[in-house]
Amino acid sequence: MSLTSEEVRRIAHLARLAVDDREAEDFAAALSDIFDFVEALNRADIEGVEAMAHPLDAEQRLRPDQVTEPDQRDLFQAIAPAVEGGVYLVPRVIE
Amino acid sequence: MTLDTLSGWARRLQTREISSRELTELYLGRIERLDSGINSFVTVTPEQALAAADAADQRLAKGERAPLLGLPVAQKDIFCTQGLRTSCGSKMLDSFVAPYDATVVERMNAAGAVMLGKTNMDEFAMGSSNETSHYGPVRNPWDPERVPGGSSGGSAAAVAARLVPAATGTDTGGSIRQPAAFCGVTGLKPTYGRVSRYGMIAFASSLDQGGPMAASAEDCALVLNAIAGFDPRDSTSLQRPDEDFTAGLDRDLKGLRIGLPREYFGDGLHPEVRRTVQDALAVLRERGAEPVEISLPNSGLSVPAYYVVAPAECSSNLARYDGVRYGHRCADPRDLMDLYTRSRAEGFGAEVKRRIMIGTYVLSAGYYDAYYLKAQKVRRLIAEDFRRAFDKVDVIAGPTSPELPFRLGEKSADPISMYLSDIYTIAANLAGLPGLSMPAGTVGSLPVGLQLVGNYFDEARLLNVAHQFQQETGWHQRMPAAFA
Repeated sequence: MSLTSEEVRRIAHLARLAVDDREAEDFAAALSDIFDFVEALNRADIEGVEAMAHPLDAEQRLRPDQVTEPDQRDLFQAIAPAVEGGVYLVPRVIE
Repeated sequence: MTLDTLSGWARRLQTREISSRELTELYLGRIERLDSGINSFVTVTPEQALAAADAADQRLAKGERAPLLGLPVAQKDIFCTQGLRTSCGSKMLDSFVAPYDATVVERMNAAGAVMLGKTNMDEFAMGSSNETSHYGPVRNPWDPERVPGGSSGGSAAAVAARLVPAATGTDTGGSIRQPAAFCGVTGLKPTYGRVSRYGMIAFASSLDQGGPMAASAEDCALVLNAIAGFDPRDSTSLQRPDEDFTAGLDRDLKGLRIGLPREYFGDGLHPEVRRTVQDALAVLRERGAEPVEISLPNSGLSVPAYYVVAPAECSSNLARYDGVRYGHRCADPRDLMDLYTRSRAEGFGAEVKRRIMIGTYVLSAGYYDAYYLKAQKVRRLIAEDFRRAFDKVDVIAGPTSPELPFRLGEKSADPISMYLSDIYTIAANLAGLPGLSMPAGTVGSLPVGLQLVGNYFDEARLLNVAHQFQQETGWHQRMPAAFA
Protein backbone atom coordinates (compact mmCIF):
# COMPACT_ATOMS: atom_id res chain seq x y z
CA MET A 1 0.00 0.00 0.00
CA SER A 2 1.31 3.42 -0.92
CA LEU A 3 -0.24 6.62 0.38
CA THR A 4 0.14 9.82 -1.61
CA SER A 5 0.90 13.23 -0.12
CA GLU A 6 -2.67 14.24 -1.00
CA GLU A 7 -4.12 11.37 1.01
CA VAL A 8 -1.85 12.32 3.89
CA ARG A 9 -3.16 15.88 3.73
CA ARG A 10 -6.74 14.62 3.82
CA ILE A 11 -6.01 12.49 6.91
CA ALA A 12 -4.13 15.37 8.53
CA HIS A 13 -7.15 17.58 7.99
CA LEU A 14 -9.42 15.01 9.64
CA ALA A 15 -6.92 14.76 12.51
CA ARG A 16 -6.66 18.56 12.77
CA LEU A 17 -2.89 18.49 12.37
CA ALA A 18 -1.05 21.12 10.35
CA VAL A 19 1.53 19.50 8.04
CA ASP A 20 4.02 21.11 5.72
CA ASP A 21 5.20 19.58 2.43
CA ARG A 22 8.20 17.81 3.90
CA GLU A 23 6.12 16.33 6.73
CA ALA A 24 3.45 15.17 4.26
CA GLU A 25 6.11 13.24 2.36
CA ASP A 26 7.58 11.77 5.54
CA PHE A 27 4.15 10.68 6.74
CA ALA A 28 3.34 9.16 3.34
CA ALA A 29 6.43 6.97 3.54
CA ALA A 30 6.10 6.02 7.22
CA LEU A 31 2.37 5.36 7.11
CA SER A 32 2.68 3.28 3.93
CA ASP A 33 5.25 1.06 5.68
CA ILE A 34 3.02 0.67 8.73
CA PHE A 35 -0.06 -0.18 6.66
CA ASP A 36 1.99 -2.77 4.76
CA PHE A 37 2.96 -4.20 8.13
CA VAL A 38 -0.62 -4.46 9.41
CA GLU A 39 -1.67 -6.18 6.15
CA ALA A 40 -0.70 -9.35 8.05
CA LEU A 41 -4.18 -9.17 9.61
CA ASN A 42 -5.59 -10.34 6.29
CA ARG A 43 -3.99 -13.74 6.94
CA ALA A 44 -6.23 -14.27 9.96
CA ASP A 45 -9.29 -16.49 9.68
CA ILE A 46 -11.89 -14.29 11.34
CA GLU A 47 -14.95 -15.85 9.76
CA GLY A 48 -17.69 -15.85 12.41
CA VAL A 49 -15.46 -14.33 15.09
CA GLU A 50 -17.08 -11.69 17.25
CA ALA A 51 -15.16 -8.43 17.71
CA MET A 52 -13.74 -7.96 21.20
CA ALA A 53 -14.56 -4.63 22.79
CA HIS A 54 -13.72 -5.35 26.43
CA PRO A 55 -11.28 -8.06 27.51
CA LEU A 56 -13.75 -9.43 30.05
CA ASP A 57 -16.85 -8.63 28.03
CA ALA A 58 -17.96 -6.41 30.88
CA GLU A 59 -21.10 -4.43 30.35
CA GLN A 60 -21.56 -0.75 30.83
CA ARG A 61 -22.46 0.00 34.43
CA LEU A 62 -25.46 2.20 35.01
CA ARG A 63 -25.87 4.64 37.86
CA PRO A 64 -28.87 6.51 39.19
CA ASP A 65 -29.60 9.65 37.20
CA GLN A 66 -28.52 12.01 39.94
CA VAL A 67 -26.23 15.01 40.02
CA THR A 68 -23.01 13.84 41.68
CA GLU A 69 -20.48 16.44 40.54
CA PRO A 70 -20.31 19.93 41.95
CA ASP A 71 -19.74 22.94 39.68
CA GLN A 72 -15.97 23.34 39.28
CA ARG A 73 -15.93 25.74 36.38
CA ASP A 74 -13.47 28.16 37.95
CA LEU A 75 -11.05 25.38 38.83
CA PHE A 76 -11.13 23.87 35.36
CA GLN A 77 -10.98 27.19 33.54
CA ALA A 78 -7.98 28.28 35.58
CA ILE A 79 -5.83 26.08 33.32
CA ALA A 80 -7.34 27.26 30.01
CA PRO A 81 -5.20 29.31 27.63
CA ALA A 82 -7.83 32.09 27.33
CA VAL A 83 -11.11 32.62 29.20
CA GLU A 84 -13.29 35.61 29.91
CA GLY A 85 -16.47 35.84 31.96
CA GLY A 86 -16.67 32.07 32.35
CA VAL A 87 -16.37 31.24 28.65
CA TYR A 88 -13.44 29.93 26.60
CA LEU A 89 -12.09 32.40 24.07
CA VAL A 90 -11.38 31.32 20.49
CA PRO A 91 -10.92 33.29 17.26
CA ARG A 92 -14.17 34.69 15.84
CA VAL A 93 -16.23 31.89 14.25
CA ILE A 94 -19.25 33.91 13.04
CA GLU A 95 -18.61 36.96 10.90
CA MET B 1 22.94 3.56 55.52
CA THR B 2 22.61 0.65 53.10
CA LEU B 3 19.69 0.83 50.74
CA ASP B 4 16.77 -1.43 51.47
CA THR B 5 13.68 -2.50 49.55
CA LEU B 6 10.25 -0.94 49.96
CA SER B 7 9.16 -3.84 52.18
CA GLY B 8 12.40 -3.65 54.14
CA TRP B 9 11.96 0.07 54.73
CA ALA B 10 8.36 -0.53 55.78
CA ARG B 11 9.58 -2.83 58.55
CA ARG B 12 12.28 -0.38 59.62
CA LEU B 13 9.76 2.47 59.76
CA GLN B 14 7.53 0.33 61.99
CA THR B 15 10.37 -0.34 64.42
CA ARG B 16 11.30 3.37 64.28
CA GLU B 17 14.81 2.42 63.23
CA ILE B 18 14.47 5.23 60.71
CA SER B 19 11.96 8.04 60.33
CA SER B 20 10.09 8.82 57.17
CA ARG B 21 11.83 12.20 57.07
CA GLU B 22 15.27 10.57 57.18
CA LEU B 23 14.24 8.09 54.52
CA THR B 24 12.78 10.82 52.33
CA GLU B 25 15.91 12.94 52.72
CA LEU B 26 18.06 9.94 51.84
CA TYR B 27 16.26 9.41 48.52
CA LEU B 28 15.88 13.10 47.70
CA GLY B 29 19.65 13.37 48.17
CA ARG B 30 20.22 10.48 45.79
CA ILE B 31 17.96 12.05 43.16
CA GLU B 32 19.80 15.36 43.46
CA ARG B 33 23.20 13.71 43.23
CA LEU B 34 22.56 11.04 40.65
CA ASP B 35 19.59 11.80 38.40
CA SER B 36 21.39 14.21 36.09
CA GLY B 37 23.08 11.23 34.42
CA ILE B 38 19.86 9.37 33.62
CA ASN B 39 17.10 12.03 33.50
CA SER B 40 14.54 9.77 35.14
CA PHE B 41 12.55 12.53 36.86
CA VAL B 42 10.80 15.41 35.12
CA THR B 43 9.61 16.98 38.37
CA VAL B 44 11.00 16.56 41.89
CA THR B 45 8.87 17.80 44.81
CA PRO B 46 11.14 17.99 47.88
CA GLU B 47 9.02 20.37 49.95
CA GLN B 48 5.81 18.48 49.39
CA ALA B 49 7.65 15.20 50.08
CA LEU B 50 9.14 16.39 53.37
CA ALA B 51 5.76 17.69 54.52
CA ALA B 52 4.20 14.32 53.68
CA ALA B 53 7.06 12.55 55.49
CA ASP B 54 6.53 14.63 58.62
CA ALA B 55 2.82 13.85 58.54
CA ALA B 56 3.65 10.15 58.15
CA ASP B 57 6.06 10.31 61.09
CA GLN B 58 3.30 11.73 63.27
CA ARG B 59 0.97 8.94 62.23
CA LEU B 60 3.69 6.34 62.87
CA ALA B 61 4.34 7.85 66.32
CA LYS B 62 0.67 7.37 67.14
CA GLY B 63 0.96 3.71 66.19
CA GLU B 64 -1.14 4.07 63.06
CA ARG B 65 -0.68 1.59 60.25
CA ALA B 66 -1.26 2.04 56.56
CA PRO B 67 0.17 -0.04 53.71
CA LEU B 68 2.66 2.54 52.43
CA LEU B 69 2.92 4.78 55.48
CA GLY B 70 6.06 6.92 55.25
CA LEU B 71 7.46 5.15 52.17
CA PRO B 72 8.95 7.19 49.31
CA VAL B 73 7.46 6.57 45.87
CA ALA B 74 7.40 8.25 42.46
CA GLN B 75 4.49 8.65 40.06
CA LYS B 76 4.84 8.29 36.32
CA ASP B 77 4.02 11.71 34.89
CA ILE B 78 0.91 10.27 33.21
CA PHE B 79 -0.97 10.24 36.53
CA CYS B 80 -2.68 13.51 37.38
CA THR B 81 -1.39 15.14 40.55
CA GLN B 82 -3.51 17.97 41.88
CA GLY B 83 -1.77 21.33 41.83
CA LEU B 84 1.32 19.90 40.16
CA ARG B 85 2.41 19.90 36.53
CA THR B 86 1.37 16.66 34.83
CA SER B 87 3.10 16.68 31.45
CA CYS B 88 2.68 13.15 30.08
CA GLY B 89 6.10 13.71 28.51
CA SER B 90 4.60 16.15 26.02
CA LYS B 91 5.07 19.77 25.07
CA MET B 92 1.28 19.77 24.75
CA LEU B 93 0.95 19.48 28.53
CA ASP B 94 4.15 21.27 29.53
CA SER B 95 2.14 23.87 31.44
CA PHE B 96 -0.75 21.62 32.48
CA VAL B 97 -1.35 21.71 36.23
CA ALA B 98 -3.80 18.92 37.03
CA PRO B 99 -6.97 20.07 38.80
CA TYR B 100 -7.42 16.71 40.57
CA ASP B 101 -5.57 13.57 41.63
CA ALA B 102 -5.73 10.31 39.71
CA THR B 103 -7.32 7.51 41.74
CA VAL B 104 -3.94 5.75 41.85
CA VAL B 105 -2.34 8.87 43.33
CA GLU B 106 -5.21 9.41 45.73
CA ARG B 107 -5.00 5.81 46.97
CA MET B 108 -1.24 5.86 47.39
CA ASN B 109 -1.46 9.15 49.29
CA ALA B 110 -4.23 7.73 51.47
CA ALA B 111 -2.03 4.68 52.11
CA GLY B 112 0.60 7.07 53.50
CA ALA B 113 3.06 7.11 50.59
CA VAL B 114 5.48 10.02 50.27
CA MET B 115 5.71 11.12 46.63
CA LEU B 116 9.18 12.36 45.67
CA GLY B 117 8.24 13.47 42.17
CA LYS B 118 7.05 12.58 38.69
CA THR B 119 9.00 10.32 36.36
CA ASN B 120 9.93 10.81 32.74
CA MET B 121 8.20 8.81 30.00
CA ASP B 122 7.69 8.52 26.28
CA GLU B 123 5.33 11.22 25.06
CA PHE B 124 1.75 10.17 25.89
CA ALA B 125 3.23 6.72 26.67
CA MET B 126 3.90 6.10 22.98
CA GLY B 127 7.31 4.54 22.62
CA SER B 128 9.52 1.68 23.69
CA SER B 129 12.73 3.59 24.40
CA ASN B 130 11.84 6.77 26.27
CA GLU B 131 13.34 8.78 23.43
CA THR B 132 10.06 10.49 22.50
CA SER B 133 9.82 12.50 25.74
CA HIS B 134 9.66 16.27 25.39
CA TYR B 135 12.06 16.39 28.33
CA GLY B 136 14.81 14.40 26.67
CA PRO B 137 15.58 10.70 26.74
CA VAL B 138 16.02 8.68 29.91
CA ARG B 139 19.25 6.70 30.02
CA ASN B 140 19.68 3.16 31.23
CA PRO B 141 21.50 3.15 34.59
CA TRP B 142 23.34 -0.02 33.56
CA ASP B 143 24.77 1.68 30.47
CA PRO B 144 23.97 5.34 29.80
CA GLU B 145 24.49 4.85 26.06
CA ARG B 146 21.49 2.52 26.04
CA VAL B 147 17.78 3.11 26.40
CA PRO B 148 15.84 2.15 29.54
CA GLY B 149 12.89 0.91 27.48
CA GLY B 150 9.57 2.62 27.46
CA SER B 151 7.20 4.08 27.96
CA SER B 152 7.63 3.86 31.76
CA GLY B 153 11.41 4.22 31.35
CA GLY B 154 11.74 6.98 33.94
CA SER B 155 10.11 4.86 36.63
CA ALA B 156 12.17 1.80 35.66
CA ALA B 157 15.47 3.71 35.60
CA ALA B 158 14.72 5.51 38.87
CA VAL B 159 13.97 2.21 40.65
CA ALA B 160 17.01 0.50 39.09
CA ALA B 161 19.31 3.35 40.20
CA ARG B 162 17.68 3.22 43.64
CA LEU B 163 16.58 6.84 43.41
CA VAL B 164 13.22 5.67 44.74
CA PRO B 165 12.19 2.27 46.11
CA ALA B 166 8.99 1.99 44.05
CA ALA B 167 7.17 3.82 41.29
CA THR B 168 4.06 3.54 39.19
CA GLY B 169 3.99 2.74 35.52
CA THR B 170 1.36 2.22 32.86
CA ASP B 171 1.27 -0.53 30.29
CA THR B 172 -0.63 -0.35 26.99
CA GLY B 173 1.56 -2.73 24.98
CA GLY B 174 4.43 -3.52 27.33
CA SER B 175 5.23 -0.14 28.85
CA ILE B 176 5.72 -1.52 32.38
CA ARG B 177 7.25 -4.89 31.52
CA GLN B 178 9.72 -3.98 28.77
CA PRO B 179 11.41 -1.13 30.71
CA ALA B 180 11.38 -3.33 33.84
CA ALA B 181 13.27 -5.94 31.81
CA PHE B 182 15.71 -3.42 30.33
CA CYS B 183 16.50 -1.86 33.72
CA GLY B 184 16.54 -5.03 35.84
CA VAL B 185 13.52 -4.29 38.04
CA THR B 186 10.22 -6.05 38.71
CA GLY B 187 7.09 -4.64 37.11
CA LEU B 188 3.49 -5.84 37.03
CA LYS B 189 0.72 -5.02 34.58
CA PRO B 190 -2.48 -6.09 36.32
CA THR B 191 -5.61 -7.52 34.69
CA TYR B 192 -7.40 -4.87 32.64
CA GLY B 193 -9.86 -3.14 34.96
CA ARG B 194 -8.04 -4.03 38.18
CA VAL B 195 -6.44 -0.60 38.70
CA SER B 196 -8.49 2.53 38.04
CA ARG B 197 -7.73 4.57 34.94
CA TYR B 198 -9.35 7.69 36.40
CA GLY B 199 -6.89 10.56 36.13
CA MET B 200 -4.43 8.42 34.18
CA ILE B 201 -4.02 10.31 30.92
CA ALA B 202 -5.60 8.16 28.24
CA PHE B 203 -3.68 6.64 25.33
CA ALA B 204 -5.64 3.52 24.24
CA SER B 205 -8.48 3.06 26.67
CA SER B 206 -9.23 -0.61 26.03
CA LEU B 207 -5.58 -1.53 26.68
CA ASP B 208 -4.20 0.98 29.23
CA GLN B 209 -3.53 -0.36 32.71
CA GLY B 210 -1.49 1.08 35.57
CA GLY B 211 0.70 -0.98 37.86
CA PRO B 212 3.69 -1.08 40.21
CA MET B 213 7.43 -1.13 39.46
CA ALA B 214 9.88 -1.92 42.24
CA ALA B 215 12.98 -3.92 43.10
CA SER B 216 11.12 -7.08 44.04
CA ALA B 217 7.84 -8.94 43.65
CA GLU B 218 7.14 -8.46 47.35
CA ASP B 219 7.42 -4.69 46.88
CA CYS B 220 5.12 -4.78 43.84
CA ALA B 221 2.55 -6.70 45.91
CA LEU B 222 2.68 -4.03 48.59
CA VAL B 223 2.03 -1.25 46.08
CA LEU B 224 -0.67 -3.23 44.27
CA ASN B 225 -2.50 -3.67 47.57
CA ALA B 226 -2.75 0.10 47.77
CA ILE B 227 -3.79 0.87 44.19
CA ALA B 228 -6.04 -2.03 43.11
CA GLY B 229 -9.78 -1.96 43.55
CA PHE B 230 -13.09 -0.85 42.15
CA ASP B 231 -13.51 2.81 41.25
CA PRO B 232 -16.94 4.09 40.18
CA ARG B 233 -15.19 6.92 38.30
CA ASP B 234 -13.69 4.47 35.79
CA SER B 235 -16.41 2.90 33.65
CA THR B 236 -14.30 -0.19 32.92
CA SER B 237 -13.19 -0.73 36.53
CA LEU B 238 -14.04 -4.21 37.75
CA GLN B 239 -15.88 -5.04 40.94
CA ARG B 240 -13.87 -7.68 42.77
CA PRO B 241 -13.45 -8.57 46.43
CA ASP B 242 -10.40 -6.97 48.04
CA GLU B 243 -7.33 -9.14 47.94
CA ASP B 244 -4.06 -9.10 49.88
CA PHE B 245 -1.45 -9.66 47.19
CA THR B 246 1.29 -10.30 49.76
CA ALA B 247 -0.62 -13.21 51.35
CA GLY B 248 0.34 -15.91 48.82
CA LEU B 249 3.97 -14.98 48.22
CA ASP B 250 5.40 -17.88 50.25
CA ARG B 251 3.47 -20.70 48.60
CA ASP B 252 5.84 -23.27 47.12
CA LEU B 253 5.84 -24.01 43.41
CA LYS B 254 5.38 -27.77 43.58
CA GLY B 255 3.26 -28.92 40.70
CA LEU B 256 2.95 -25.47 39.16
CA ARG B 257 2.46 -25.92 35.42
CA ILE B 258 4.44 -23.34 33.46
CA GLY B 259 3.48 -22.98 29.82
CA LEU B 260 6.32 -22.19 27.43
CA PRO B 261 4.87 -20.90 24.15
CA ARG B 262 7.03 -22.10 21.32
CA GLU B 263 6.27 -18.86 19.48
CA TYR B 264 8.12 -16.94 22.22
CA PHE B 265 11.34 -18.88 21.75
CA GLY B 266 11.56 -18.83 17.96
CA ASP B 267 13.43 -16.79 15.39
CA GLY B 268 14.21 -13.21 16.30
CA LEU B 269 15.06 -13.98 19.93
CA HIS B 270 18.57 -12.90 20.87
CA PRO B 271 20.49 -16.13 21.64
CA GLU B 272 21.95 -14.82 24.89
CA VAL B 273 18.52 -13.64 26.03
CA ARG B 274 17.19 -17.13 25.26
CA ARG B 275 19.95 -18.77 27.28
CA THR B 276 19.40 -16.43 30.24
CA VAL B 277 15.65 -17.06 30.24
CA GLN B 278 16.19 -20.83 30.03
CA ASP B 279 18.58 -20.69 33.00
CA ALA B 280 15.93 -18.80 34.98
CA LEU B 281 13.29 -21.36 34.03
CA ALA B 282 15.60 -24.10 35.32
CA VAL B 283 15.53 -22.39 38.74
CA LEU B 284 11.73 -22.54 38.76
CA ARG B 285 11.90 -26.19 37.76
CA GLU B 286 14.23 -26.93 40.66
CA ARG B 287 11.62 -25.43 42.94
CA GLY B 288 9.01 -27.87 41.69
CA ALA B 289 7.46 -26.18 38.68
CA GLU B 290 6.71 -28.33 35.64
CA PRO B 291 7.35 -26.91 32.19
CA VAL B 292 4.73 -27.63 29.54
CA GLU B 293 5.26 -26.74 25.91
CA ILE B 294 2.30 -24.82 24.53
CA SER B 295 1.38 -22.89 21.42
CA LEU B 296 -0.21 -19.47 21.00
CA PRO B 297 -0.78 -19.78 17.26
CA ASN B 298 -2.01 -16.24 16.65
CA SER B 299 0.95 -14.58 18.41
CA GLY B 300 2.33 -13.30 15.14
CA LEU B 301 -0.78 -11.18 14.64
CA SER B 302 -0.56 -9.36 17.94
CA VAL B 303 1.73 -6.50 16.87
CA PRO B 304 -0.22 -5.80 13.65
CA ALA B 305 -3.56 -5.89 15.54
CA TYR B 306 -2.13 -3.59 18.19
CA TYR B 307 -0.98 -1.03 15.60
CA VAL B 308 -4.57 -0.71 14.44
CA VAL B 309 -6.38 -0.77 17.79
CA ALA B 310 -3.96 1.41 19.78
CA PRO B 311 -3.61 4.22 17.20
CA ALA B 312 -7.38 4.22 16.58
CA GLU B 313 -8.08 4.73 20.27
CA CYS B 314 -5.19 7.18 20.55
CA SER B 315 -6.55 9.35 17.75
CA SER B 316 -9.93 9.49 19.51
CA ASN B 317 -8.48 10.16 22.96
CA LEU B 318 -6.04 12.80 21.79
CA ALA B 319 -8.76 14.70 19.93
CA ARG B 320 -9.36 16.46 23.25
CA TYR B 321 -6.18 18.51 22.87
CA ASP B 322 -7.66 21.41 20.95
CA GLY B 323 -5.77 24.43 22.26
CA VAL B 324 -9.00 25.70 23.83
CA ARG B 325 -9.61 24.15 27.24
CA TYR B 326 -6.11 23.28 28.40
CA GLY B 327 -2.70 22.43 27.02
CA HIS B 328 -0.61 24.15 24.40
CA ARG B 329 -2.12 26.90 22.27
CA CYS B 330 -0.39 28.37 19.22
CA ALA B 331 0.30 32.10 19.02
CA ASP B 332 -1.94 34.41 16.96
CA PRO B 333 -4.34 31.92 15.37
CA ARG B 334 -5.95 33.20 12.14
CA ASP B 335 -9.18 31.31 12.73
CA LEU B 336 -10.51 28.36 14.69
CA MET B 337 -9.17 25.74 12.28
CA ASP B 338 -5.73 27.36 12.40
CA LEU B 339 -5.94 27.33 16.21
CA TYR B 340 -6.67 23.58 16.24
CA THR B 341 -4.22 22.46 13.59
CA ARG B 342 -1.24 24.56 14.66
CA SER B 343 -1.73 24.02 18.41
CA ARG B 344 -1.74 20.28 17.77
CA ALA B 345 1.12 20.36 15.26
CA GLU B 346 3.27 22.37 17.69
CA GLY B 347 2.24 20.48 20.83
CA PHE B 348 2.67 16.87 19.67
CA GLY B 349 5.93 15.16 18.76
CA ALA B 350 6.60 12.99 15.70
CA GLU B 351 5.64 9.58 17.09
CA VAL B 352 2.39 10.83 18.61
CA LYS B 353 1.45 12.49 15.31
CA ARG B 354 2.27 9.32 13.42
CA ARG B 355 -0.10 7.33 15.63
CA ILE B 356 -2.85 9.94 15.44
CA MET B 357 -2.56 9.81 11.65
CA ILE B 358 -2.73 5.99 11.54
CA GLY B 359 -5.71 5.99 13.86
CA THR B 360 -7.54 8.71 11.97
CA TYR B 361 -7.04 6.81 8.72
CA VAL B 362 -8.25 3.44 10.02
CA LEU B 363 -11.34 5.04 11.54
CA SER B 364 -12.15 7.20 8.52
CA ALA B 365 -15.20 6.53 6.38
CA GLY B 366 -14.97 3.27 4.47
CA TYR B 367 -12.00 1.80 6.33
CA TYR B 368 -13.51 0.82 9.66
CA ASP B 369 -14.33 -2.79 8.69
CA ALA B 370 -11.01 -3.35 6.94
CA TYR B 371 -8.93 -2.26 9.91
CA TYR B 372 -10.48 -1.62 13.32
CA LEU B 373 -13.22 -4.25 13.17
CA LYS B 374 -10.81 -6.82 11.76
CA ALA B 375 -8.24 -6.04 14.45
CA GLN B 376 -10.87 -6.37 17.20
CA LYS B 377 -11.76 -9.80 15.82
CA VAL B 378 -8.11 -10.85 15.72
CA ARG B 379 -7.94 -9.67 19.28
CA ARG B 380 -10.49 -12.28 20.25
CA LEU B 381 -8.44 -14.96 18.46
CA ILE B 382 -5.46 -13.95 20.57
CA ALA B 383 -7.54 -14.02 23.77
CA GLU B 384 -8.86 -17.47 22.78
CA ASP B 385 -5.29 -18.76 22.34
CA PHE B 386 -4.64 -17.82 25.95
CA ARG B 387 -7.93 -19.26 27.17
CA ARG B 388 -7.03 -22.64 25.67
CA ALA B 389 -3.50 -22.45 27.08
CA PHE B 390 -4.79 -21.75 30.60
CA ASP B 391 -6.82 -24.98 30.44
CA LYS B 392 -3.46 -26.75 30.51
CA VAL B 393 -1.13 -24.49 32.48
CA ASP B 394 -1.17 -22.15 35.50
CA VAL B 395 1.15 -19.47 34.18
CA ILE B 396 2.91 -18.75 30.91
CA ALA B 397 6.60 -17.81 30.86
CA GLY B 398 9.07 -16.52 28.32
CA PRO B 399 11.34 -13.60 27.56
CA THR B 400 9.90 -10.11 28.16
CA SER B 401 11.79 -8.64 25.22
CA PRO B 402 13.45 -10.36 22.27
CA GLU B 403 16.57 -8.26 22.69
CA LEU B 404 18.92 -6.53 25.09
CA PRO B 405 18.54 -2.80 25.82
CA PHE B 406 19.47 -1.12 22.54
CA ARG B 407 21.52 2.01 21.96
CA LEU B 408 19.98 5.48 21.96
CA GLY B 409 19.05 6.39 18.41
CA GLU B 410 19.41 2.82 17.14
CA LYS B 411 15.74 2.43 16.21
CA SER B 412 14.58 6.04 16.00
CA ALA B 413 14.47 6.08 12.22
CA ASP B 414 12.59 2.78 11.91
CA PRO B 415 9.23 2.80 13.72
CA ILE B 416 8.42 -0.82 12.86
CA SER B 417 11.62 -2.20 14.37
CA MET B 418 10.78 -0.17 17.49
CA TYR B 419 7.24 -1.60 17.52
CA LEU B 420 8.60 -5.14 17.29
CA SER B 421 10.50 -4.75 20.54
CA ASP B 422 7.11 -5.30 22.25
CA ILE B 423 6.42 -8.53 20.36
CA TYR B 424 6.11 -10.69 23.51
CA THR B 425 4.26 -8.19 25.68
CA ILE B 426 1.47 -6.83 23.46
CA ALA B 427 -0.68 -9.98 23.45
CA ALA B 428 -1.37 -9.72 27.19
CA ASN B 429 -2.78 -6.22 26.66
CA LEU B 430 -4.93 -7.30 23.75
CA ALA B 431 -6.32 -10.15 25.87
CA GLY B 432 -6.49 -8.04 29.07
CA LEU B 433 -4.37 -10.51 31.05
CA PRO B 434 -1.95 -9.71 33.87
CA GLY B 435 1.77 -9.86 33.06
CA LEU B 436 4.93 -9.44 35.10
CA SER B 437 8.57 -8.96 34.22
CA MET B 438 11.35 -9.79 36.65
CA PRO B 439 15.15 -9.76 36.42
CA ALA B 440 16.22 -13.18 35.16
CA GLY B 441 19.96 -12.68 34.78
CA THR B 442 22.37 -10.61 32.75
CA VAL B 443 24.25 -10.62 29.48
CA GLY B 444 27.47 -8.77 30.22
CA SER B 445 26.24 -6.02 32.51
CA LEU B 446 22.84 -5.75 30.85
CA PRO B 447 19.70 -7.09 32.54
CA VAL B 448 17.39 -9.64 30.95
CA GLY B 449 13.72 -9.93 31.93
CA LEU B 450 11.60 -13.04 32.33
CA GLN B 451 7.94 -12.47 31.62
CA LEU B 452 5.11 -14.30 33.37
CA VAL B 453 1.56 -14.03 32.03
CA GLY B 454 -1.30 -15.22 34.20
CA ASN B 455 -4.97 -15.89 33.84
CA TYR B 456 -7.45 -13.08 34.59
CA PHE B 457 -7.11 -11.88 38.21
CA ASP B 458 -4.15 -14.17 38.85
CA GLU B 459 -1.76 -11.37 39.86
CA ALA B 460 -1.19 -13.09 43.22
CA ARG B 461 0.07 -16.17 41.40
CA LEU B 462 2.48 -14.16 39.24
CA LEU B 463 3.83 -12.37 42.30
CA ASN B 464 4.15 -15.70 44.12
CA VAL B 465 6.20 -17.26 41.30
CA ALA B 466 8.41 -14.18 41.04
CA HIS B 467 8.88 -14.02 44.81
CA GLN B 468 9.88 -17.70 44.94
CA PHE B 469 12.40 -17.07 42.16
CA GLN B 470 13.72 -14.08 44.09
CA GLN B 471 14.19 -16.23 47.21
CA GLU B 472 16.54 -18.41 45.21
CA THR B 473 18.39 -15.82 43.13
CA GLY B 474 19.93 -12.41 43.68
CA TRP B 475 19.38 -10.81 40.27
CA HIS B 476 16.77 -8.41 41.63
CA GLN B 477 19.21 -7.18 44.29
CA ARG B 478 21.92 -6.12 41.87
CA MET B 479 22.34 -2.42 41.34
CA PRO B 480 24.43 -0.51 38.83
CA ALA B 481 27.87 0.29 40.26
CA ALA B 482 27.68 3.97 39.30
CA PHE B 483 24.69 4.35 41.64
CA ALA B 484 25.99 2.40 44.64
